[in-house]
Amino acid sequence: MKILVCISHVPDTTSKINFIDNNTKFDTNGVQFIIGPYDDYALARAVELKENSGATITVINVGLVDTEPTIRKALAIGADDAIRVNAEPTDSFFVATQIAEQAKAGGYDLILMGRESIDYNSGAVHGIVGELLGIPSISPVMKLDIEGSTAKLAREIEGGKEYLEVNLPFVAGCQEPIAEWKIPNMRGIMSARTKPLKVVEPSTVDSGVKLQKFELPPAKGSVKMIAADNVQELVNLLKNEAKVL
Amino acid sequence: MNILVFVESAEGKIKKNSLEAVAFAHTMGGSVTALALGNVESAELESLGKYGAKKVLHAADAKLNQGLIQAYATVIAKAFQDENSDVLVLADSSLGTPVGARVAAKLGASLASNVVELPDTAAGFKVKRSIYTGKAFAQVELTKPKKVIGIKKNAAEVKEVGSNVSVTPYQVSLSDADFSTKITSSEKATGDVLLPEANIVVSGGRGMKGPEHWSGIEELAKTLGAATGCSKPVSDMGWRPHHEHVGQTGVKVAPQLYIAIGISGAIQHLAGVNSSKCIVVINKDADAPFFKAADYGIVGDAFDILPKLNEAIKAAK
Ligand SMILES: Cc1cc2nc3c(=O)[nH]c(=O)nc-3n(C[C@H](O)[C@H](O)[C@H](O)COP(=O)(O)OP(=O)(O)OC[C@H]3O[C@@H](n4cnc5c(N)ncnc54)[C@H](O)[C@@H]3O)c2cc1C
Ligand SMILES: Cc1cc2nc3c(=O)[nH]c(=O)nc-3n(C[C@H](O)[C@H](O)[C@H](O)COP(=O)(O)OP(=O)(O)OC[C@H]3O[C@@H](n4cnc5c(N)ncnc54)[C@H](O)[C@@H]3O)c2cc1C
Repeated sequence: MKILVCISHVPDTTSKINFIDNNTKFDTNGVQFIIGPYDDYALARAVELKENSGATITVINVGLVDTEPTIRKALAIGADDAIRVNAEPTDSFFVATQIAEQAKAGGYDLILMGRESIDYNSGAVHGIVGELLGIPSISPVMKLDIEGSTAKLAREIEGGKEYLEVNLPFVAGCQEPIAEWKIPNMRGIMSARTKPLKVVEPSTVDSGVKLQKFELPPAKGSVKMIAADNVQELVNLLKNEAKVL
Repeated sequence: MNILVFVESAEGKIKKNSLEAVAFAHTMGGSVTALALGNVESAELESLGKYGAKKVLHAADAKLNQGLIQAYATVIAKAFQDENSDVLVLADSSLGTPVGARVAAKLGASLASNVVELPDTAAGFKVKRSIYTGKAFAQVELTKPKKVIGIKKNAAEVKEVGSNVSVTPYQVSLSDADFSTKITSSEKATGDVLLPEANIVVSGGRGMKGPEHWSGIEELAKTLGAATGCSKPVSDMGWRPHHEHVGQTGVKVAPQLYIAIGISGAIQHLAGVNSSKCIVVINKDADAPFFKAADYGIVGDAFDILPKLNEAIKAAK
């Protein structure tokens, strides 16, 4: 089985978000970049499938050269080779088009990615890739088992889950508890250095989304503290001041 | 401007977030057509007129009773073309968001999800969307003639603005490929208030010490008509079901009131609650970071405070 895992290169979940250049650019100063947490679940499940029943895993990222350490980390976790599409990811459609093209060329049985990126949170790339390839896309997937050419999945729905069956190939946007995040070990880190990382140039895409500017939410007012023996006061405030009861 | 709205339903009823989508489309101005799929009660469909739909299309094919991403995308894209629509509006959800992406790809439309405000159409078509898991916003221009926008909870206020409309049956021929994914069964938390849609959420963290102590949280939630939530370690340890996990990697909530009990307020948890209107934090540690994100706070032992708070709220009702 050939698995393609799509990984985004995103600010660590603890990052302070700031913008520069008149609020048109993300400030990367002091920011650590990681594999998107949802993408990390997808990768972890791919590695489990490889361990259980044999598979080769290719990771793909659409990004400039600064994403290579993130790609190497995915190789250290257990991917066999990698593709970097050499371009700034400008919107979901652009990213999905690049992924779909590489997927077509590589002939994968399974395309795994995160349910959403944690920078733009679109939750769109899986659907667009599925549509461009004319194959099913399922998200958010919280369980995935493969039996021969069929997959059994669980998809999260509001307040519950849904169990599905689908034939390969298909695209899945993953989330927990599909697998446990994997931490690369020393051997993985050593071998990742020499695993193949192919750099390809992007195809042009007529993008339909243009960034105007970024904005931070208004600062939160300070907290009002209430004594532990005076819960009545809290109830009054919720009722009369915040008007939420 | 012709606006198509995809309305989601569950057990024959229109979902609240879809009413917000209809209200949003109505406030945008233009002519609003609502499209519902599968089994939906006719009274529910007709009532969409009250919230701003001029026309209601119903694709009643029984094969659409289940929310299948591909089949839904096919029907919605076809309706978009048949109705000469300019914009598709839908509510972001576990079904709406992935469906919207496929529809946008089918139509070659500009796509934006997590939209929080009405578009600015003074020059071009600009929307404000939430990014970085609620930590920032981006103003983006949608440049294609066709547009698909997914709206975040609370982006519009549901108001009665009209009266019932009659329902137009809508038929689309679907292929086997649209049904290549089969839903074999589903599990739903019944009776409870659904977390993503709740107006009040009572949430517990590791400070609750164990699943056996959740009755205090559940009782308070019951008094308030609230949904229950939890932090990630709580669901990781199996104290609570996964679908209650709130935060960066879990459910993002946007209630009127979020009550956090025994949760430290890690940045990843805050990412899931920062759209709440009012946040109450109860924690025994005065230095817990959650207090910085709170509107009201109590430093104290949850096991002490929970029953008292429950009684005080009962009395105030
Ligand atoms: C300088 C700059 C400018 C930008 N301007 C815009 C803009 O104007 N409009 C806009 O919408 N976005 C913009 N982006 C955001 C960026 O392009 C997003 O990373 C991209 O849109 C994909 O995120 P998403 O939320 O659409 O992905 P989602 O659909 O939420 O992601 C789903 C999954 O797809 C996979 N995936 C996502 N991105 C990649 C990737 N790059 N490579 C491989 N797999 C991936 C991951 O597995 C992810 O979990 C900009 C980014 C940069 C760096
Ligand atoms: C990539 C990534 C993604 C993550 N995503 C999420 C996410 O989506 N959601 C999430 O929640 N976390 C997430 N986390 C985990 C997050 O970093 C924190 O570890 C987690 O939120 C802590 O949970 P907690 O507050 O329940 O536990 P703790 O941090 O252990 O806090 C327990 C709190 O309870 C208080 N307490 C103890 N006893 C009492 C008492 N008797 N009465 C009152 N208070 C008491 C303590 O003072 C403490 O503040 C993520 C982490 C990473 C790295």
